[in-house]
Amino acid sequence: MSGFSPIVMTAAEAGKPVALVNARLVDPKSGLDEAGGLIIEKGLIADFGPHLFRPPEGDNENLAIVDCGGDMLCPGLVDMMVFAGEPGYRHRESLKSAGMAAAAGGVTTLICMPNTKPVIDDVALVDFIKRRAHDTGFAHVHTMAALTKGLKGEELSEIGLLCDAGAVAFTNAYSSVMNAQLMRRILAYAKDFDALVVHYTEDRDLAGNGVMHEGEVSSRLGLPGIPVEAETIILERDMQLVEMTGARYHAALLSAARSLDIIASAKARGLPVSCGVSINHLAHNENDIGPYRTFFKVKPPLRTEEDRRALIAGVKSGLIDVVVSAHDPKDADVKRHPFAEAADGAIGVETLLPALLRHYHNQELSLPELLRPVTCNPAALLGLETGEIAKGKPADLTRVDLDVPWSVNPEELHSKSKNTPFDNQQMQGRVVATYLAGRQVFPFVEPAEGEGAR
Amino acid sequence: MTYRTGLSDPNENIRNQSTLLSLPRFSQRFPHRHFLSIEGLKRTEILNLLDLADHFADANRRSSDLTKSLSGRTQINLFFEASTRTQSSFELAGKRLGANVMNMSVKGSSMKKGETLIDTAMTLNAMRPDILVVRHHAAGAAELLSQKVSCSVINAGDGAHQHPTQALLDALTIRRNKGRVEGLTVAICGDILHSRVARSNIYLLNLLGARVRVVAPSTLLPPHADRLGAEVFTSMKEGLKDADIIMMLRLQLERMNGAFVPSTREYYYFFGLDYKKLKLAKPDALVMHPGPMNRGVEISSSVADDTRSVIQQQVEMGVAVRMAVLEALAGNCSGDEGEI
Repeated sequence: MSGFSPIVMTAAEAGKPVALVNARLVDPKSGLDEAGGLIIEKGLIADFGPHLFRPPEGDNENLAIVDCGGDMLCPGLVDMMVFAGEPGYRHRESLKSAGMAAAAGGVTTLICMPNTKPVIDDVALVDFIKRRAHDTGFAHVHTMAALTKGLKGEELSEIGLLCDAGAVAFTNAYSSVMNAQLMRRILAYAKDFDALVVHYTEDRDLAGNGVMHEGEVSSRLGLPGIPVEAETIILERDMQLVEMTGARYHAALLSAARSLDIIASAKARGLPVSCGVSINHLAHNENDIGPYRTFFKVKPPLRTEEDRRALIAGVKSGLIDVVVSAHDPKDADVKRHPFAEAADGAIGVETLLPALLRHYHNQELSLPELLRPVTCNPAALLGLETGEIAKGKPADLTRVDLDVPWSVNPEELHSKSKNTPFDNQQMQGRVVATYLAGRQVFPFVEPAEGEGAR
Repeated sequence: MTYRTGLSDPNENIRNQSTLLSLPRFSQRFPHRHFLSIEGLKRTEILNLLDLADHFADANRRSSDLTKSLSGRTQINLFFEASTRTQSSFELAGKRLGANVMNMSVKGSSMKKGETLIDTAMTLNAMRPDILVVRHHAAGAAELLSQKVSCSVINAGDGAHQHPTQALLDALTIRRNKGRVEGLTVAICGDILHSRVARSNIYLLNLLGARVRVVAPSTLLPPHADRLGAEVFTSMKEGLKDADIIMMLRLQLERMNGAFVPSTREYYYFFGLDYKKLKLAKPDALVMHPGPMNRGVEISSSVADDTRSVIQQQVEMGVAVRMAVLEALAGNCSGDEGEI
């Protein structure tokens, strides 16, 4: 972490406006990509544009000026799928360690998953997350609530009350609701509250005991496979149920080109659907598993190179609305097993933006194209007041040196768990500073020790 | 008595003249520290192993001729899955070469107490064995273990992935009976989906130039079986036509009765090897089975005991092949500190 002093923070806390000058402003919502600057005042974006490329003329005594040295300044990222360990799994992650990983990765809003212990299916737990997150303060934290009680896929959770308590969406985490009748009722009921249903699409029976993409590679490795149809069957069913009910639906994690065809057709019919993919599926394919590398064991399974290319094209065209880290911290104890017995999941919140920037550097995606699914799109889906550079909006911002090369050392990542598939991979572009409602939360003011205090 | 016919091997004369002193040497040292999979081996390496095993097969019949090249070495047979046949074969192979052999059946002991594969491996590694022979129910287990220990690891079967010594012993049995492997048509029949034996054999037989077929109902075929290097058949009638070798695979009892095939009798009717189906193959076709057999399920008793059946020879070759693999790796056993 290079020598950035926490001057900005003290100035902002003193109520002094901050001018970030000499930056490359990128706002995917408006399509802005130009040299300029930005003024933060009282936690909000007071002004921005090319006229602030240099410090404002005249008396700047009441203005803290930060020279961004040509770095990109973009909205802070919204990561729509993060497992933050609380409650119940503090040995894997805590809201604090997840928050620090987020700040270091330029992510200013975390959406927590409800597959905790106990499951977040109760208003008290939504409230618990809100309070705990406020205490830690490295990122805005919102939570999705369970779609069914205990995530068991049997009974509706209290969608209305949970909405009122602040749940931003409803999901059954990594299990699909297999009962079509129940799913229909969930969607119909959620529609009454305009709640967003975020569904993981995998037919449990067809997936069976599969542990990776079903294909030639799984046959060679002697591992049971999960066919693409496990995903498309549930997705297709859900599209028809959305058509019946009119509920807002988001396919949480798609992995295959054929799923995109289903989404494209549903969107063309005008259905209120959207979809997401994880960064792992944009960066890797089934071959990365190689000699049974369990850090590449994720849900849904990594699929073929053709699928990966199709997902990147889907991000480019905007067919894919959201990219998530699918941050799922798992300790070595559950990962260091034979592949079929190892746990699923990979951490990713801290490497989300750098991994996306690879697609910029290899000219697959423009900056607005790669930022859209991690800023304004998820913010709009979840109704959050963030994810864009606009006057009067919260100053959730990320400053990125687009060119600096570095390699991922799991020990340097801030998550408590080190299960990153980007282990030792080369990156280009790294977060220099992160602002949360105008307050600089990264680089950390104090050394990042004392973890576990909370 | 010898099974060998017309083997065109330049070393053959030398080997037949003397016994011990002319132990076939690798033209180069066996270049692998572990023996995990047929994939990754070169044709010449396999031929060298087969030559060496050939020598041991002969020497085993004259017990006085045995070398003690593993004298002072420790071999641990670590079996997470019960297998009398493979375990005793490895045990005998190690003992014939003079190794100290220890058998560990982990099934039901420490694993039940929550110890992981890696814990077990590290515990054993601390005892400083030279060779670890591993059988495990999960694909990739031997590979994982090999990354964590400082000794040589031999894969004695990992899930549905590989069983490389089985493929070698099958090839040796074929070669000693037919004089060659190249150009033969080998039909592997039965539960290909769950079979490590089939996977290892497909790779090895392709390397040695055989034509490989797999014959099974579609529910017991792995996806894209054709891309593994085998022609795919779903009927015995076509799959066995003019075959030189018929390899039958065991069908696990839990996979019958509706899960993968409707019933034992239906399976036997369509895929069990009886004389009627055997007639479809060449008259001098060999019948093989890695054992243990389910008589009356995948093979009829009379075919199993027929003169064309070389099932007992496979067992004999098993010891010879395992001796060859142990011998080859023994040259590479090092005292390196493995990173754990």
